[in-house]
Amino acid sequence: MTTVIENDSQKSGRLEVGTPLLEVKDLHVEFHTRDGVAKAVNGVNYSVAAGETLAVLGESGSGKSVTAQTIMGILDMPPGKVTQGEILYRGQDMLKMSNEERRKIRGRKIAMIFQDALSALNPVLSVGYQLGEMFRVHQGVSKAEAKAKAIELMDRVRIPAAKERVNDYPHQFSGGMRQRIMIAMALSLQPDLIIADEPTTALDVTVQAQVMDLLAELQAEYNMGLILITHDLGVVADVADKIAVMYAGRIVETAPVHELYANPAHPYTKGLLRSIPRLDQKGQELYAIKGLPPNLLKVPAGCAFNPRCDVATDLCRTEIPALHHVTDKDGKELTGRRSACHLWKETLHG
Amino acid sequence: MPDLTKTAEETPAQAPVAAAAKPEKARSLGSDAWHDLRRKPIFVISALLILLLIVIAVAPGLFTSVDPRAGDLREHFHTPPNYSHFFEGDWFGYDGQGRSIYARVIYGARASVVVGICVTVGTTILGGIFGMLAGYFGGWIDTIISRVTDIFFGIPLLLGSLVILNAFTSRTIWSVVFALITLGWTQMTRVMRGSVITVKQADFVTAAKALGAGTGRIMFKHILPNAIAPVIVVATISLGGYIALEATLSFLGIGLQDPTISWGIDINSAQKLIRTAPFALFFPAGMLSITVLAFIMLGDAVRDALDPKLR
Amino acid sequence: MGRFVARRLLQMIPVFLGTTALIFFMVHLLPGDPLAALWGDKAPDPVQLAALRHQQHFDEPLIQQYLDYMGGLFTGDFGKALDGRPVLDKITEALPVTVQLALLAFGFEIVLGIGIGLFAGLRRGKVFDKSALVFTLLLISIPVPVLGFLFQTIFGINLKWVKPTVQDSTDITQLVLPAIVLGSLSLAYVARLTRTSIAENIKADYVRTAVAKGLPRRRVIGTHLLRNSLIPVVTFLGTDLGALMGGAIVTEGIFNVQGVGHALYQAINMKEGATVSGFVAFLVIVYLAAGLIVDLLYAVLDPRIRYA
Repeated sequence: MTTVIENDSQKSGRLEVGTPLLEVKDLHVEFHTRDGVAKAVNGVNYSVAAGETLAVLGESGSGKSVTAQTIMGILDMPPGKVTQGEILYRGQDMLKMSNEERRKIRGRKIAMIFQDALSALNPVLSVGYQLGEMFRVHQGVSKAEAKAKAIELMDRVRIPAAKERVNDYPHQFSGGMRQRIMIAMALSLQPDLIIADEPTTALDVTVQAQVMDLLAELQAEYNMGLILITHDLGVVADVADKIAVMYAGRIVETAPVHELYANPAHPYTKGLLRSIPRLDQKGQELYAIKGLPPNLLKVPAGCAFNPRCDVATDLCRTEIPALHHVTDKDGKELTGRRSACHLWKETLHG
Repeated sequence: MPDLTKTAEETPAQAPVAAAAKPEKARSLGSDAWHDLRRKPIFVISALLILLLIVIAVAPGLFTSVDPRAGDLREHFHTPPNYSHFFEGDWFGYDGQGRSIYARVIYGARASVVVGICVTVGTTILGGIFGMLAGYFGGWIDTIISRVTDIFFGIPLLLGSLVILNAFTSRTIWSVVFALITLGWTQMTRVMRGSVITVKQADFVTAAKALGAGTGRIMFKHILPNAIAPVIVVATISLGGYIALEATLSFLGIGLQDPTISWGIDINSAQKLIRTAPFALFFPAGMLSITVLAFIMLGDAVRDALDPKLR
Repeated sequence: MGRFVARRLLQMIPVFLGTTALIFFMVHLLPGDPLAALWGDKAPDPVQLAALRHQQHFDEPLIQQYLDYMGGLFTGDFGKALDGRPVLDKITEALPVTVQLALLAFGFEIVLGIGIGLFAGLRRGKVFDKSALVFTLLLISIPVPVLGFLFQTIFGINLKWVKPTVQDSTDITQLVLPAIVLGSLSLAYVARLTRTSIAENIKADYVRTAVAKGLPRRRVIGTHLLRNSLIPVVTFLGTDLGALMGGAIVTEGIFNVQGVGHALYQAINMKEGATVSGFVAFLVIVYLAAGLIVDLLYAVLDPRIRYA
């Protein structure tokens, strides 16, 4: 596997901060099941630049993970099917590439960190083997060299006694250490972009912060783009630059992270923020958004959120809202802010 | 950090398909399985075949009036099949003792069906009880039952049956049933034990205990219905295996004996004349294979319907 | 690993003692007299019967017989046949042929069974998968004696590709057809088990990780998927050796292979109870030893067992 992909030289040049590395354009993904067609992703647009962190926020079934899997090319097809859209990596549509071209991007240019490291790591192979495999396959190095590099990587993600533990198996590590190994594996070939799918959900609260800090630190050091998929608003606040909130396969709001926290422009986002327990409201009942996420086989007409929304009108029940540009009270457009709500003005300013 | 966006009923991140399919879960596993089974052609065909076999086993006289034990060597020594006489006994030809092969194939069904069903029921009851006790109580009861199971499991079924049946001077259907149950219960015990241990850890069992339900009630009302599916699957599949095993033992001359009529015995006596009278081998062998096939197909269908992992 | 082997060996001791005791008591305590059976339906000659009883030590106290039997097992004495020859002689005479036959059958079922299972599992629901299911269903449904005669008739008598029965049991090429018959039932099980295991594991997270790492498909399947999927298959292969030894009795009988199974078949037909139980005791020991080897192999494949 020593062959270098043809246009490697033009691709590997480091991009300036802010130039889009990956752009998802109008992506539609469906699942064909026994009971009908589930529209998991309905026209998602987002982009990530080098050194930038995009947080994709949503409940399960919102399409956040399916989008990530489609970018990675690891979506199970069938039952999954991309019906429309483009995924541009450095301007090239990955959906039009051959399997072999995509394989060479996976792991080397775009890497992924999974939620549950215990099941995501192969239980019968040593962690050293699984880390070294990256170098052996993509760079064709020798077994001994791959092992040395694996130890180096384990040191890099601060696993104690890496040399002694390189031949251990995943089940012999703690949850936090396993997730560090996943991170090491994703970072091994210094990719341009990392997709982290709920990287800390399976971990203890105290360990979550350490793992997140490590990820953010390494991202800054290598100037990588990071797509952070999560349902945890707390994780997002510290590390993300911008946020895309997803609901029922659509992006309902995008905003720079602090603006979204300060002033949400969509009732769903507002509900999410209200359901965070706060110390100054001790003793009060915790708020929860009423109802359940929609069944993707029968998404409600109009805005998919309308049955759970406190302010929904008849318009919301009939017409799907577009992703509007959002303006401040003086009518000045707020850069990077959009909301897919008919009532965004009332939500934002009212 | 707490899960801030989780609503009360939400489950951890899953594929949207799983979330979407959830409202359908209301049907119980049992009725769901039955619903699935009725639409499966394999299940319908094998069930009809088995029904026919059971009728043949219960009332062979309905299918032939010829005595399967009466042979006429002068008239019928190895007479090949005569297809013009349906149900007269000529249909499948005659064997080396001048007996109607058709009548013998019909009367031979009883031994196979009885052995298959009795051994399966016997091993299931025995294994079910031991597996339940071992799985539910654990501790020293589990240790004793598991070690005894290991010991019996150390003897391959066919080899062990040879030794047991060797001790019987005259062997009937019941000696074969006895030998196979003696050696066959271990598999069921293991399946049941594993299943009970899994179910025992479920929250509804803890809840029942917390509510003060008695041991017997928990075992039979809560654990048994939820632990029985894998046992049924293994039982249905092994039924065909026991029928094949009986035929093999009888073929080896250590299973059933004359005057019991068994396909295995007939296959054995036909083998010497395989070149001159292949039909004498073909018909009992064919019936045996169809019977085993029917039970294995039934087992496959039941497993597909009951095993949610494979759905 | 050393601790695992030691523990496994220790665990085997009670099983070995229990299993051999079980065989002993099945021979000696069950109703019916295996020696009297020699006379069939006729009344046995009391003088001859007494002589035989003495030769087989049946006239000694049961506990003495058991101790002799256990002592015999450890010193390689599996009793005497009725003609006075040690059973062990008969076993060692026939063993090389059976080992060859069993290895051929084992190789056949492993290579073809895993191959069919792998391709069927990867193409679940496609034509190959469905044909494999039907094919294995047929193999499972046809009892070994029937399959043996079927192959003998087709390949030996009609097509004349091989001789219908084996003329020289030491000629391994003549053992191919019996080995195929012997291994076919297990082949079907191995194929089905591999298929299910592959189809289940292909959805596993670690396989998805392997794809996300950008590994070539061959490596994803060979290194990650197949290795994990083979764990249950290896367990099956261990218990399957017992079925293989049982099947050898039938197969060797049909094809006239002069192996252990054939000798056992003849002993059954001659109603030589002592020879039968001696053979079975030997085969059970082989079976237990094979089970141990499989367990160790299992531990090599699955580190979670090794370090448990």
